[in-house]
Amino acid sequence: MSGRGHAWLVNGTLVLLALATVFPLLWMLSASLMAPGESASYPPPLVPAHPTLDNFRLLVSRAGLGWHFLNSVVISASATLLALTFNVSAGYAFAKLEFAGRARLQRLLVSGLVIPAQVAMLPLFLQLKALGLVNTLPGVLVPSLAGIFSIFLVRQAALAIPDELLDAARIDGASEVTIFRRIVLPLLTPMLVTLAVFTFLGAWNDFLWPLIVLNDNERYTLPVALAALSREHVQDSELMMAGSVVTVIPVLALFLALQRYYLQGLMAGAVKG
Amino acid sequence: MKRSTVGLLFALPALLVIGVFFFVPVLIALCLSVTDFDIYALADLSNLRWVGLRNYTELLSTPLFWRALGNTLYFTLLGVPLSIATSVGAALLVNARAARFKGVFRTALFAPVVTTVVAVAIIWRYLLHTRYGLVNYGLGRLGISPIDWLGDPHWAMPAIVLFSVWKNFGYNMVIVLAALQQVPEDLYEAASLDGASAVQQFRHVTLPALAPTLLFVSILTMAGYFQLFAEPYVMTQGGPAQSTLSVLYLLYEEGFKWWNLGRASAVAFVLFLMMFAVTLVQLRLGREAVS
Repeated sequence: MSGRGHAWLVNGTLVLLALATVFPLLWMLSASLMAPGESASYPPPLVPAHPTLDNFRLLVSRAGLGWHFLNSVVISASATLLALTFNVSAGYAFAKLEFAGRARLQRLLVSGLVIPAQVAMLPLFLQLKALGLVNTLPGVLVPSLAGIFSIFLVRQAALAIPDELLDAARIDGASEVTIFRRIVLPLLTPMLVTLAVFTFLGAWNDFLWPLIVLNDNERYTLPVALAALSREHVQDSELMMAGSVVTVIPVLALFLALQRYYLQGLMAGAVKG
Repeated sequence: MKRSTVGLLFALPALLVIGVFFFVPVLIALCLSVTDFDIYALADLSNLRWVGLRNYTELLSTPLFWRALGNTLYFTLLGVPLSIATSVGAALLVNARAARFKGVFRTALFAPVVTTVVAVAIIWRYLLHTRYGLVNYGLGRLGISPIDWLGDPHWAMPAIVLFSVWKNFGYNMVIVLAALQQVPEDLYEAASLDGASAVQQFRHVTLPALAPTLLFVSILTMAGYFQLFAEPYVMTQGGPAQSTLSVLYLLYEEGFKWWNLGRASAVAFVLFLMMFAVTLVQLRLGREAVS
Protein backbone atom coordinates (compact mmCIF):
# COMPACT_ATOMS: atom_id res chain seq x y z
CA MET A 1 0.00 0.00 0.00
CA SER A 2 1.29 3.45 -0.77
CA GLY A 3 2.41 5.69 2.09
CA ARG A 4 -0.43 8.14 1.59
CA GLY A 5 -3.09 5.48 1.30
CA HIS A 6 -1.80 3.96 4.52
CA ALA A 7 -1.92 7.34 6.29
CA TRP A 8 -5.52 7.85 5.15
CA LEU A 9 -6.48 4.38 6.37
CA VAL A 10 -4.90 4.88 9.81
CA ASN A 11 -6.32 8.34 10.36
CA GLY A 12 -9.70 7.49 8.87
CA THR A 13 -10.06 4.49 11.19
CA LEU A 14 -8.98 6.61 14.14
CA VAL A 15 -11.58 9.26 13.33
CA LEU A 16 -14.33 6.64 13.06
CA LEU A 17 -13.27 4.94 16.30
CA ALA A 18 -13.05 8.25 18.17
CA LEU A 19 -16.45 9.34 16.85
CA ALA A 20 -18.03 6.04 17.86
CA THR A 21 -16.46 6.42 21.32
CA VAL A 22 -17.62 9.95 22.04
CA PHE A 23 -20.95 9.56 20.24
CA PRO A 24 -22.93 8.33 23.30
CA LEU A 25 -21.67 11.34 25.27
CA LEU A 26 -22.59 13.77 22.49
CA TRP A 27 -26.02 12.18 22.17
CA MET A 28 -26.48 12.56 25.94
CA LEU A 29 -25.78 16.30 25.64
CA SER A 30 -28.10 16.64 22.68
CA ALA A 31 -30.96 14.62 24.18
CA SER A 32 -30.74 16.56 27.46
CA LEU A 33 -31.78 19.66 25.50
CA MET A 34 -34.76 18.02 23.80
CA ALA A 35 -38.39 18.55 24.68
CA PRO A 36 -40.09 15.72 26.67
CA GLY A 37 -40.76 12.76 24.40
CA GLU A 38 -38.87 14.19 21.47
CA SER A 39 -36.17 11.51 21.38
CA ALA A 40 -38.78 8.72 21.33
CA SER A 41 -39.74 9.21 17.70
CA TYR A 42 -38.75 7.49 14.50
CA PRO A 43 -36.30 8.08 12.97
CA PRO A 44 -34.50 9.04 16.22
CA PRO A 45 -33.50 12.73 16.03
CA LEU A 46 -29.83 13.59 16.55
CA VAL A 47 -30.32 17.22 17.52
CA PRO A 48 -33.14 18.96 19.42
CA ALA A 49 -35.65 20.86 17.23
CA HIS A 50 -35.95 23.60 19.86
CA PRO A 51 -33.15 23.33 22.43
CA THR A 52 -34.44 23.88 25.97
CA LEU A 53 -33.05 23.80 29.51
CA ASP A 54 -36.41 22.72 30.96
CA ASN A 55 -35.13 19.23 31.82
CA PHE A 56 -32.44 20.70 34.03
CA ARG A 57 -34.90 23.07 35.72
CA LEU A 58 -37.27 20.18 36.37
CA LEU A 59 -34.49 18.06 37.86
CA VAL A 60 -33.50 20.79 40.27
CA SER A 61 -37.01 21.81 41.29
CA ARG A 62 -38.70 18.38 41.43
CA ALA A 63 -35.94 15.82 41.97
CA GLY A 64 -33.72 18.01 44.16
CA LEU A 65 -30.74 17.29 41.95
CA GLY A 66 -29.01 20.40 43.29
CA TRP A 67 -28.80 18.73 46.69
CA HIS A 68 -27.50 15.49 45.25
CA PHE A 69 -24.89 17.45 43.37
CA LEU A 70 -23.88 19.16 46.60
CA ASN A 71 -23.71 15.81 48.42
CA SER A 72 -21.43 14.46 45.71
CA VAL A 73 -19.18 17.51 45.83
CA VAL A 74 -18.87 17.42 49.63
CA ILE A 75 -18.26 13.68 49.75
CA SER A 76 -15.72 13.63 46.91
CA ALA A 77 -13.84 16.66 48.24
CA SER A 78 -13.73 15.26 51.79
CA ALA A 79 -12.62 11.86 50.50
CA THR A 80 -9.81 13.53 48.59
CA LEU A 81 -8.61 15.54 51.58
CA LEU A 82 -8.76 12.57 53.93
CA ALA A 83 -7.06 10.21 51.52
CA LEU A 84 -4.22 12.68 51.02
CA THR A 85 -3.81 13.16 54.76
CA PHE A 86 -3.62 9.45 55.52
CA ASN A 87 -1.85 8.01 52.51
CA VAL A 88 0.91 10.50 51.81
CA SER A 89 2.64 10.31 55.18
CA ALA A 90 2.30 6.52 55.18
CA GLY A 91 3.65 6.18 51.63
CA TYR A 92 6.62 8.36 52.56
CA ALA A 93 7.29 6.35 55.72
CA PHE A 94 7.28 3.09 53.76
CA ALA A 95 9.73 4.55 51.26
CA LYS A 96 12.15 6.51 53.41
CA LEU A 97 11.77 5.94 57.16
CA GLU A 98 12.94 2.75 58.81
CA PHE A 99 10.70 1.39 61.53
CA ALA A 100 10.26 -1.94 63.24
CA GLY A 101 8.14 -4.37 61.25
CA ARG A 102 8.12 -2.25 58.10
CA ALA A 103 8.91 -5.08 55.71
CA ARG A 104 6.35 -7.37 57.32
CA LEU A 105 3.64 -4.68 57.27
CA GLN A 106 4.39 -3.99 53.65
CA ARG A 107 3.96 -7.66 52.75
CA LEU A 108 0.66 -7.69 54.66
CA LEU A 109 -0.57 -4.67 52.69
CA VAL A 110 0.43 -6.28 49.40
CA SER A 111 -1.53 -9.39 50.31
CA GLY A 112 -4.50 -7.12 51.07
CA LEU A 113 -4.43 -5.91 47.46
CA VAL A 114 -5.76 -9.26 46.21
CA ILE A 115 -8.80 -9.19 48.49
CA PRO A 116 -11.74 -7.54 46.72
CA ALA A 117 -13.27 -4.68 48.71
CA GLN A 118 -16.69 -6.35 48.60
CA VAL A 119 -15.54 -9.02 51.05
CA ALA A 120 -15.16 -6.36 53.73
CA MET A 121 -18.39 -4.58 52.84
CA LEU A 122 -20.89 -6.63 54.83
CA PRO A 123 -19.09 -6.47 58.20
CA LEU A 124 -18.14 -2.86 57.53
CA PHE A 125 -21.82 -2.08 57.33
CA LEU A 126 -22.36 -3.74 60.73
CA GLN A 127 -19.42 -1.80 62.19
CA LEU A 128 -20.88 1.47 60.94
CA LYS A 129 -24.28 0.51 62.26
CA ALA A 130 -22.73 -0.03 65.69
CA LEU A 131 -21.04 3.37 65.43
CA GLY A 132 -24.29 5.02 64.32
CA LEU A 133 -22.77 6.02 61.02
CA VAL A 134 -25.22 4.34 58.64
CA ASN A 135 -27.02 6.90 56.47
CA THR A 136 -24.44 9.59 57.22
CA LEU A 137 -21.78 11.34 55.23
CA PRO A 138 -18.88 9.98 57.35
CA GLY A 139 -20.27 6.51 56.73
CA VAL A 140 -19.87 6.97 52.99
CA LEU A 141 -16.34 8.24 53.50
CA VAL A 142 -14.96 5.46 55.69
CA PRO A 143 -13.73 3.14 52.89
CA SER A 144 -11.89 5.98 51.17
CA LEU A 145 -10.01 7.16 54.30
CA ALA A 146 -6.89 5.21 53.46
CA GLY A 147 -6.07 2.91 50.59
CA ILE A 148 -3.37 0.33 50.08
CA PHE A 149 -3.02 1.15 46.41
CA SER A 150 -2.65 4.87 47.14
CA ILE A 151 0.02 4.23 49.75
CA PHE A 152 2.07 2.28 47.24
CA LEU A 153 1.58 4.97 44.62
CA VAL A 154 3.06 7.55 47.02
CA ARG A 155 5.78 5.16 48.13
CA GLN A 156 6.80 4.65 44.50
CA ALA A 157 7.18 8.41 44.00
CA ALA A 158 8.92 8.94 47.35
CA LEU A 159 11.55 6.29 46.58
CA ALA A 160 12.92 8.65 43.93
CA ILE A 161 13.83 11.29 46.54
CA PRO A 162 17.61 11.14 47.14
CA ASP A 163 18.56 10.11 50.69
CA GLU A 164 21.41 12.64 50.67
CA LEU A 165 18.88 15.45 50.50
CA LEU A 166 17.04 14.22 53.60
CA ASP A 167 20.26 13.46 55.49
CA ALA A 168 21.68 16.92 54.75
CA ALA A 169 18.55 18.48 56.26
CA ARG A 170 18.88 16.20 59.31
CA ILE A 171 22.50 17.28 59.81
CA ASP A 172 21.28 20.89 59.65
CA GLY A 173 19.03 20.02 62.59
CA ALA A 174 15.68 19.92 60.81
CA SER A 175 13.04 17.80 62.51
CA GLU A 176 11.40 14.93 60.64
CA VAL A 177 8.13 16.84 60.44
CA THR A 178 9.90 19.88 58.98
CA ILE A 179 11.67 17.67 56.46
CA PHE A 180 8.34 16.14 55.47
CA ARG A 181 6.63 19.49 55.08
CA ARG A 182 9.44 21.53 53.56
CA ILE A 183 11.28 18.99 51.39
CA VAL A 184 9.18 15.88 50.81
CA LEU A 185 5.77 17.38 50.14
CA PRO A 186 7.00 19.88 47.52
CA LEU A 187 8.90 17.11 45.73
CA LEU A 188 5.81 14.87 45.79
CA THR A 189 3.44 17.54 44.47
CA PRO A 190 2.84 15.95 41.04
CA MET A 191 2.00 12.66 42.73
CA LEU A 192 -0.28 14.45 45.19
CA VAL A 193 -2.23 15.95 42.31
CA THR A 194 -2.46 12.52 40.69
CA LEU A 195 -3.69 10.96 43.91
CA ALA A 196 -6.19 13.78 44.42
CA VAL A 197 -7.65 13.33 40.93
CA PHE A 198 -7.86 9.55 41.35
CA THR A 199 -9.57 9.83 44.71
CA PHE A 200 -11.99 12.52 43.65
CA LEU A 201 -13.06 10.67 40.51
CA GLY A 202 -13.27 7.40 42.41
CA ALA A 203 -15.47 8.90 45.11
CA TRP A 204 -17.64 10.77 42.61
CA ASN A 205 -18.25 7.68 40.47
CA ASP A 206 -18.62 5.21 43.34
CA PHE A 207 -21.99 3.51 43.41
CA LEU A 208 -22.26 0.30 45.42
CA TRP A 209 -21.06 1.57 48.79
CA PRO A 210 -23.15 4.81 48.87
CA LEU A 211 -26.10 2.74 47.66
CA ILE A 212 -25.68 0.48 50.69
CA VAL A 213 -24.95 3.11 53.32
CA LEU A 214 -27.37 5.88 52.38
CA ASN A 215 -31.08 5.29 52.67
CA ASP A 216 -32.64 8.75 52.74
CA ASN A 217 -33.24 10.18 49.30
CA GLU A 218 -32.00 13.65 50.27
CA ARG A 219 -28.62 12.23 51.28
CA TYR A 220 -28.04 10.34 48.03
CA THR A 221 -25.00 11.10 45.93
CA LEU A 222 -25.58 11.78 42.22
CA PRO A 223 -25.08 8.18 40.97
CA VAL A 224 -27.41 6.74 43.63
CA ALA A 225 -30.02 9.44 43.01
CA LEU A 226 -29.73 8.92 39.27
CA ALA A 227 -30.19 5.15 39.54
CA ALA A 228 -33.28 5.63 41.71
CA LEU A 229 -34.64 8.29 39.38
CA SER A 230 -34.11 6.13 36.30
CA ARG A 231 -36.27 3.38 37.81
CA GLU A 232 -39.14 5.85 38.30
CA HIS A 233 -38.73 7.73 35.03
CA VAL A 234 -37.93 4.98 32.52
CA GLN A 235 -39.81 6.78 29.74
CA ASP A 236 -38.38 10.26 30.35
CA SER A 237 -35.18 9.83 28.39
CA GLU A 238 -34.61 13.59 27.97
CA LEU A 239 -34.93 14.18 31.72
CA MET A 240 -32.59 11.28 32.51
CA MET A 241 -30.04 12.53 29.99
CA ALA A 242 -30.03 15.89 31.75
CA GLY A 243 -29.29 14.01 34.97
CA SER A 244 -26.44 12.14 33.28
CA VAL A 245 -25.03 15.42 31.98
CA VAL A 246 -24.95 16.88 35.48
CA THR A 247 -23.20 13.73 36.75
CA VAL A 248 -20.70 13.18 33.96
CA ILE A 249 -19.64 16.68 32.89
CA PRO A 250 -17.84 17.62 36.16
CA VAL A 251 -15.63 14.52 36.08
CA LEU A 252 -14.96 14.85 32.38
CA ALA A 253 -13.97 18.49 32.89
CA LEU A 254 -11.72 17.58 35.81
CA PHE A 255 -10.09 14.86 33.74
CA LEU A 256 -9.53 17.16 30.76
CA ALA A 257 -7.97 19.80 33.01
CA LEU A 258 -5.65 17.39 34.85
CA GLN A 259 -5.26 14.69 32.23
CA ARG A 260 -1.47 14.61 32.43
CA TYR A 261 -1.51 13.78 36.14
CA TYR A 262 -4.23 11.20 35.77
CA LEU A 263 -2.48 9.29 32.99
CA GLN A 264 0.87 9.45 34.83
CA GLY A 265 -0.72 7.87 37.88
CA LEU A 266 -2.31 5.19 35.76
CA MET A 267 1.07 4.39 34.26
CA ALA A 268 2.84 4.39 37.65
CA GLY A 269 0.25 1.91 38.87
CA ALA A 270 0.84 -0.28 35.83
CA VAL A 271 4.60 -0.24 36.26
CA LYS A 272 4.27 -1.26 39.88
CA GLY A 273 2.24 -4.30 38.92
CA MET B 1 12.53 11.51 68.94
CA LYS B 2 14.16 8.49 67.31
CA ARG B 3 13.73 8.23 63.57
CA SER B 4 12.25 4.74 63.82
CA THR B 5 9.50 6.06 66.11
CA VAL B 6 8.81 8.86 63.66
CA GLY B 7 8.47 6.39 60.80
CA LEU B 8 5.92 4.38 62.71
CA LEU B 9 3.98 7.53 63.65
CA PHE B 10 3.88 8.62 60.00
CA ALA B 11 2.51 5.27 58.90
CA LEU B 12 0.27 4.57 61.88
CA PRO B 13 -2.90 6.54 61.02
CA ALA B 14 -3.25 4.89 57.62
CA LEU B 15 -2.36 1.47 59.00
CA LEU B 16 -4.94 1.78 61.77
CA VAL B 17 -7.66 2.80 59.35
CA ILE B 18 -6.84 0.00 56.95
CA GLY B 19 -6.67 -2.45 59.83
CA VAL B 20 -9.95 -1.43 61.46
CA PHE B 21 -11.96 -0.82 58.30
CA PHE B 22 -10.51 -3.43 55.97
CA PHE B 23 -8.56 -6.31 57.50
CA VAL B 24 -10.80 -6.66 60.55
CA PRO B 25 -14.00 -6.70 58.42
CA VAL B 26 -12.45 -9.33 56.14
CA LEU B 27 -11.85 -11.53 59.18
CA ILE B 28 -15.36 -10.83 60.49
CA ALA B 29 -16.74 -11.75 57.06
CA LEU B 30 -15.00 -15.09 57.35
CA CYS B 31 -16.66 -15.60 60.74
CA LEU B 32 -20.04 -14.38 59.47
CA SER B 33 -19.94 -16.88 56.65
CA VAL B 34 -20.12 -19.75 59.15
CA THR B 35 -23.12 -18.28 61.02
CA ASP B 36 -26.80 -17.88 60.19
CA PHE B 37 -26.59 -14.08 60.59
CA ASP B 38 -29.93 -12.79 59.29
CA ILE B 39 -32.44 -10.04 59.99
CA TYR B 40 -33.16 -11.47 63.46
CA ALA B 41 -29.51 -11.42 64.41
CA LEU B 42 -29.32 -7.88 63.07
CA ALA B 43 -31.95 -6.91 65.65
CA ASP B 44 -30.55 -9.01 68.47
CA LEU B 45 -27.17 -10.74 68.38
CA SER B 46 -28.36 -13.54 70.70
CA ASN B 47 -30.22 -14.97 67.70
CA LEU B 48 -26.89 -15.76 66.06
CA ARG B 49 -26.00 -19.41 65.59
CA TRP B 50 -22.92 -21.21 64.31
CA VAL B 51 -23.76 -23.27 61.26
CA GLY B 52 -20.35 -24.45 60.07
CA LEU B 53 -20.12 -24.76 56.32
CA ARG B 54 -23.89 -24.88 55.78
CA ASN B 55 -23.99 -21.49 54.01
CA TYR B 56 -21.45 -22.76 51.51
CA THR B 57 -23.11 -26.14 50.92
CA GLU B 58 -26.54 -24.50 50.59
CA LEU B 59 -25.10 -22.03 48.13
CA LEU B 60 -23.71 -24.83 46.01
CA SER B 61 -27.15 -26.41 45.85
CA THR B 62 -28.93 -23.15 44.96
CA PRO B 63 -29.66 -22.90 41.22
CA LEU B 64 -29.67 -19.09 41.40
CA PHE B 65 -26.09 -19.10 42.64
CA TRP B 66 -24.97 -21.22 39.69
CA ARG B 67 -26.92 -18.95 37.40
CA ALA B 68 -25.10 -15.90 38.80
CA LEU B 69 -21.75 -17.68 38.59
CA GLY B 70 -22.40 -18.75 35.01
CA ASN B 71 -23.50 -15.25 34.01
CA THR B 72 -20.42 -13.69 35.60
CA LEU B 73 -18.10 -16.16 33.85
CA TYR B 74 -19.91 -15.60 30.55
CA PHE B 75 -19.54 -11.84 30.95
CA THR B 76 -15.85 -12.19 31.82
CA LEU B 77 -14.93 -14.72 29.13
CA LEU B 78 -16.63 -12.65 26.45
CA GLY B 79 -15.77 -9.21 27.83
CA VAL B 80 -12.09 -9.54 28.73
CA PRO B 81 -10.79 -10.73 25.32
CA LEU B 82 -13.02 -8.25 23.47
CA SER B 83 -11.92 -5.37 25.71
CA ILE B 84 -8.24 -6.18 25.40
CA ALA B 85 -8.44 -6.72 21.64
CA THR B 86 -10.11 -3.32 21.30
CA SER B 87 -7.49 -1.73 23.56
CA VAL B 88 -4.61 -3.23 21.57
CA GLY B 89 -6.19 -2.26 18.24
CA ALA B 90 -6.77 1.31 19.40
CA ALA B 91 -3.26 1.55 20.87
CA LEU B 92 -1.69 0.30 17.61
CA LEU B 93 -3.66 2.90 15.65
CA VAL B 94 -2.75 5.79 17.96
CA ASN B 95 0.88 4.64 18.02
CA ALA B 96 1.11 4.27 14.23
CA ARG B 97 3.68 6.58 12.69
CA ALA B 98 1.11 7.83 10.20
CA ALA B 99 -1.37 8.82 12.93
CA ARG B 100 -1.88 12.53 13.44
CA PHE B 101 -3.28 14.44 16.43
CA LYS B 102 -2.31 11.52 18.68
CA GLY B 103 -3.08 13.42 21.87
CA VAL B 104 -6.59 14.33 20.75
CA PHE B 105 -7.40 10.77 19.73
CA ARG B 106 -6.00 9.37 22.94
CA THR B 107 -8.12 11.74 25.01
CA ALA B 108 -11.27 11.01 23.01
CA LEU B 109 -10.80 7.24 23.26
CA PHE B 110 -10.03 7.47 26.97
CA ALA B 111 -12.97 9.71 27.89
CA PRO B 112 -15.52 6.96 28.73
CA VAL B 113 -13.14 5.57 31.38
CA VAL B 114 -13.51 8.58 33.66
CA THR B 115 -17.30 8.80 33.31
CA THR B 116 -19.75 7.60 35.97
CA VAL B 117 -20.92 4.03 35.26
CA VAL B 118 -24.48 4.71 36.39
CA ALA B 119 -24.85 7.80 34.21
CA VAL B 120 -23.42 6.29 31.05
CA ALA B 121 -25.27 3.00 31.56
CA ILE B 122 -28.49 5.05 31.46
CA ILE B 123 -27.37 6.61 28.16
CA TRP B 124 -26.81 3.17 26.71
CA ARG B 125 -30.16 1.97 27.91
CA TYR B 126 -31.75 4.54 25.61
CA LEU B 127 -29.28 3.95 22.77
CA LEU B 128 -30.15 0.25 22.96
CA HIS B 129 -33.92 0.83 23.03
CA THR B 130 -35.63 -1.60 20.68
CA ARG B 131 -37.77 0.95 18.81
CA TYR B 132 -36.22 4.37 19.31
CA GLY B 133 -32.59 3.47 20.05
CA LEU B 134 -29.91 4.67 17.66
CA VAL B 135 -28.12 1.30 17.74
CA ASN B 136 -31.07 -0.50 16.19
CA TYR B 137 -31.64 2.44 13.86
CA GLY B 138 -28.07 2.09 12.60
CA LEU B 139 -28.45 -1.67 12.25
CA GLY B 140 -31.73 -1.10 10.44
CA ARG B 141 -29.95 1.05 7.88
CA LEU B 142 -27.69 -1.94 7.27
CA GLY B 143 -30.73 -4.14 6.76
CA ILE B 144 -30.59 -5.87 10.17
CA SER B 145 -33.94 -6.22 11.91
CA PRO B 146 -34.28 -4.67 15.39
CA ILE B 147 -32.81 -6.55 18.34
CA ASP B 148 -34.47 -6.43 21.75
CA TRP B 149 -31.09 -5.84 23.38
CA LEU B 150 -32.07 -5.51 27.03
CA GLY B 151 -35.35 -7.43 26.91
CA ASP B 152 -34.18 -10.67 25.33
CA PRO B 153 -32.36 -13.05 27.70
CA HIS B 154 -30.00 -14.04 24.88
CA TRP B 155 -29.01 -10.48 24.07
CA ALA B 156 -28.97 -8.76 27.47
CA MET B 157 -25.51 -9.99 28.52
CA PRO B 158 -23.90 -9.34 25.11
CA ALA B 159 -25.38 -5.82 25.32
CA ILE B 160 -23.74 -5.30 28.72
CA VAL B 161 -20.47 -6.66 27.29
CA LEU B 162 -20.72 -4.15 24.43
CA PHE B 163 -21.29 -1.36 26.94
CA SER B 164 -18.38 -2.48 29.12
CA VAL B 165 -15.97 -2.69 26.19
CA TRP B 166 -16.92 0.88 25.25
CA LYS B 167 -16.59 2.07 28.84
CA ASN B 168 -13.27 0.39 29.65
CA PHE B 169 -11.07 -0.17 26.60
CA GLY B 170 -9.39 3.24 26.97
CA TYR B 171 -7.81 2.25 30.28
CA ASN B 172 -5.84 -0.69 28.90
CA MET B 173 -5.22 1.23 25.69
CA VAL B 174 -3.15 3.78 27.61
CA ILE B 175 -1.13 1.04 29.32
CA VAL B 176 -0.55 -0.83 26.05
CA LEU B 177 0.37 2.44 24.35
CA ALA B 178 3.08 3.03 26.94
CA ALA B 179 4.39 -0.49 26.39
CA LEU B 180 4.40 -0.03 22.60
CA GLN B 181 6.53 3.06 22.95
CA GLN B 182 9.12 0.97 24.82
CA VAL B 183 9.64 -1.45 21.90
CA PRO B 184 13.02 -0.57 20.34
CA GLU B 185 12.63 0.89 16.86
CA ASP B 186 15.59 -1.08 15.47
CA LEU B 187 13.72 -4.36 16.03
CA TYR B 188 11.19 -3.23 13.43
CA GLU B 189 13.92 -1.98 11.13
CA ALA B 190 15.71 -5.32 11.32
CA ALA B 191 12.45 -7.17 10.71
CA SER B 192 11.55 -5.08 7.71
CA LEU B 193 15.07 -5.54 6.27
CA ASP B 194 14.45 -9.27 6.54
CA GLY B 195 11.36 -8.69 4.43
CA ALA B 196 8.80 -9.24 7.24
CA SER B 197 5.29 -7.96 6.41
CA ALA B 198 3.35 -5.71 8.77
CA VAL B 199 1.40 -8.72 10.05
CA GLN B 200 4.59 -10.71 10.59
CA GLN B 201 6.16 -7.77 12.41
CA PHE B 202 3.14 -7.60 14.67
CA ARG B 203 3.29 -11.33 15.42
CA HIS B 204 7.03 -11.66 15.90
CA VAL B 205 8.09 -8.29 17.26
CA THR B 206 5.13 -6.43 18.79
CA LEU B 207 3.26 -9.30 20.43
CA PRO B 208 6.27 -10.83 22.25
CA ALA B 209 7.24 -7.38 23.47
CA LEU B 210 3.71 -6.77 24.71
CA ALA B 211 3.28 -10.18 26.36
CA PRO B 212 4.05 -9.14 29.98
CA THR B 213 1.80 -6.08 29.65
CA LEU B 214 -1.03 -8.14 28.17
CA LEU B 215 -0.77 -10.61 31.03
CA PHE B 216 -0.92 -7.74 33.52
CA VAL B 217 -3.91 -6.02 31.93
CA SER B 218 -5.79 -9.27 31.46
CA ILE B 219 -5.47 -10.07 35.17
CA LEU B 220 -6.57 -6.54 36.13
CA THR B 221 -9.46 -6.53 33.67
CA MET B 222 -10.62 -9.94 34.75
CA ALA B 223 -10.58 -8.93 38.42
CA GLY B 224 -12.63 -5.86 37.50
CA TYR B 225 -15.12 -7.79 35.37
CA PHE B 226 -15.75 -10.36 38.09
CA GLN B 227 -17.14 -7.44 40.12
CA LEU B 228 -19.92 -6.72 37.64
CA PHE B 229 -22.74 -4.92 39.44
CA ALA B 230 -23.74 -1.36 38.52
CA GLU B 231 -24.24 -2.18 34.83
CA PRO B 232 -26.95 -4.82 35.33
CA TYR B 233 -28.37 -2.87 38.29
CA VAL B 234 -29.07 0.10 36.03
CA MET B 235 -29.58 -1.49 32.62
CA THR B 236 -31.53 -4.68 33.34
CA GLN B 237 -31.98 -5.07 37.11
CA GLY B 238 -30.46 -8.53 36.73
CA GLY B 239 -33.06 -9.60 34.19
CA PRO B 240 -34.57 -10.56 31.87
CA ALA B 241 -35.11 -14.02 33.33
CA GLN B 242 -32.04 -13.50 35.56
CA SER B 243 -29.81 -13.55 32.50
CA THR B 244 -27.66 -10.66 33.79
CA LEU B 245 -27.68 -11.48 37.49
CA SER B 246 -24.00 -11.41 38.56
CA VAL B 247 -22.33 -12.85 41.64
CA LEU B 248 -21.94 -9.40 43.17
CA TYR B 249 -25.59 -8.61 42.38
CA LEU B 250 -26.55 -11.81 44.22
CA LEU B 251 -24.34 -10.77 47.15
CA TYR B 252 -26.01 -7.35 47.24
CA GLU B 253 -29.51 -8.81 47.19
CA GLU B 254 -28.75 -11.53 49.76
CA GLY B 255 -26.98 -9.07 52.04
CA PHE B 256 -28.78 -5.78 51.74
CA LYS B 257 -32.19 -6.70 50.41
CA TRP B 258 -32.88 -9.87 52.42
CA TRP B 259 -30.32 -9.19 55.19
CA ASN B 260 -28.91 -12.71 55.05
CA LEU B 261 -25.44 -11.48 55.96
CA GLY B 262 -24.20 -15.00 56.72
CA ARG B 263 -25.06 -16.33 53.29
CA ALA B 264 -23.94 -13.12 51.61
CA SER B 265 -20.52 -13.44 53.28
CA ALA B 266 -20.23 -16.95 51.90
CA VAL B 267 -20.97 -15.50 48.43
CA ALA B 268 -18.26 -12.90 49.02
CA PHE B 269 -15.67 -15.54 49.81
CA VAL B 270 -16.65 -17.65 46.83
CA LEU B 271 -16.17 -14.55 44.65
CA PHE B 272 -12.80 -13.91 46.27
CA LEU B 273 -11.61 -17.51 45.85
CA MET B 274 -12.74 -17.53 42.24
CA MET B 275 -10.83 -14.34 41.45
CA PHE B 276 -7.80 -15.62 43.30
CA ALA B 277 -7.80 -18.97 41.49
CA VAL B 278 -8.21 -17.37 38.07
CA THR B 279 -5.36 -14.94 38.78
CA LEU B 280 -3.07 -17.80 39.83
CA VAL B 281 -3.93 -19.81 36.71
CA GLN B 282 -3.30 -16.79 34.50
CA LEU B 283 0.03 -16.08 36.17
CA ARG B 284 1.08 -19.71 35.71
CA LEU B 285 -0.01 -19.79 32.06
CA GLY B 286 1.51 -16.37 31.49
CA ARG B 287 4.88 -17.38 32.89
CA GLU B 288 4.93 -20.48 30.71
CA ALA B 289 4.01 -18.43 27.66
CA VAL B 290 6.61 -15.77 28.36
CA SER B 291 9.47 -18.17 29.08
